[in-house]
Amino acid sequence: MAFTLYSLIQAAILCVNAVAVLHEERFLSKIGWGVDQSVGGFGDEPGVKVQLMNLVRSVRTVMRVPLIAVNSVCIVLLLLFG
Amino acid sequence: MDYNATQSGFRQRKLQPNMRQRNSSMEGPDGSQLFEDTSGAGPRTQSGYRNQQTEPQQAGFAGQSLLSDPMSNLAMAYGSSLASQGKEMVDKNLDRFIPISKLKYYFAVDTVYVGKKLGLLVFPYMHNNWEVSYQQDTPVAPRFDVNAPDLYIPAMSFITYVLVAGVALGTQNRFSPELLGVQASSALVWLIMEVLAVLLSLYLVTVNTDLTTIDLLAFSGYKYVGMIVGLVAGLLFGRPAYYLSLLWCCAAIFVFTIRTLRLKLLSEAAAEGKLVRGTRNQLRMYLTMSIAAAQPIFMYWLTYHLIR
Repeated sequence: MAFTLYSLIQAAILCVNAVAVLHEERFLSKIGWGVDQSVGGFGDEPGVKVQLMNLVRSVRTVMRVPLIAVNSVCIVLLLLFG
Repeated sequence: MDYNATQSGFRQRKLQPNMRQRNSSMEGPDGSQLFEDTSGAGPRTQSGYRNQQTEPQQAGFAGQSLLSDPMSNLAMAYGSSLASQGKEMVDKNLDRFIPISKLKYYFAVDTVYVGKKLGLLVFPYMHNNWEVSYQQDTPVAPRFDVNAPDLYIPAMSFITYVLVAGVALGTQNRFSPELLGVQASSALVWLIMEVLAVLLSLYLVTVNTDLTTIDLLAFSGYKYVGMIVGLVAGLLFGRPAYYLSLLWCCAAIFVFTIRTLRLKLLSEAAAEGKLVRGTRNQLRMYLTMSIAAAQPIFMYWLTYHLIR
């Protein structure tokens, strides 16, 4: 119960790392979550699965480089302060 | 005492040594009287008065000698312009991250609104019209519409919750000042996680709504009122009173949240109570119900460890 803001930040970093390591060809296409399978109908009904796939793809595209920096900072902080 | 205190206080300022040097060179015997400690009460109070009277004059003297120097004049003008530029930049950047002008809307409340809203949070069953009234496409300020969300009540009730939690811990001899910070940050973390979860689910279900993040923050913050009521009842009257009042407040927040969010999230027809088929409306209904059901869970989770 004793949450601090730093533990929230750590949890967020872990979750974003988990999304970032999902490989496009080797994993997502195999389970039907690849980018080529998301072009569904053009109506206004994207559906939950298509939204989720779009979210995964955009997180991976956007957060790859910042995650390097953020992870390095987190590692240094953990080494210094435990 | 007063004289000594002001003297040591003045010594710590940067300009004062320069002023002292110049003034002691200008006023010989008077300057020495200002600097040495006097033991008698009479001379001390007199020199104390003189200190306070002549200090402005010394400041005037030193200020004149500073300002008459053109280089320092230029430096002061440059410094002040730099400070105002820095302030402008900070304001502009801060406005980019935290929309200050939008925040002002949420704090435009008055006592009548707060009273009505608190009553609505505890007893929402008699209220009939839950729609937010608009005025030329912008929502009316909370002062004029009791259904509009505001941030005053959530902010105040959050702080009150932390204080009441401190009181509750104190009655059980478990209190220490760090625990206040722990309670505050825990509640804040849960609030942030709840808002993020609601935002994520709103994105996934592709609801076209005009709910902003701050609106969600306001709606999630309304449950602190019920938590405070439960905690105070538990502190005053014991555990059964805590459970009863928490049950009442949970039901009230559940109904309040459903009735408020129904108009914002569901489509027009479904919001009026007609049964509309279709997976999207069903999803939206489930979303509204789960957001409303999460409120009592959080209310219990954040308060049960405070009542023993």
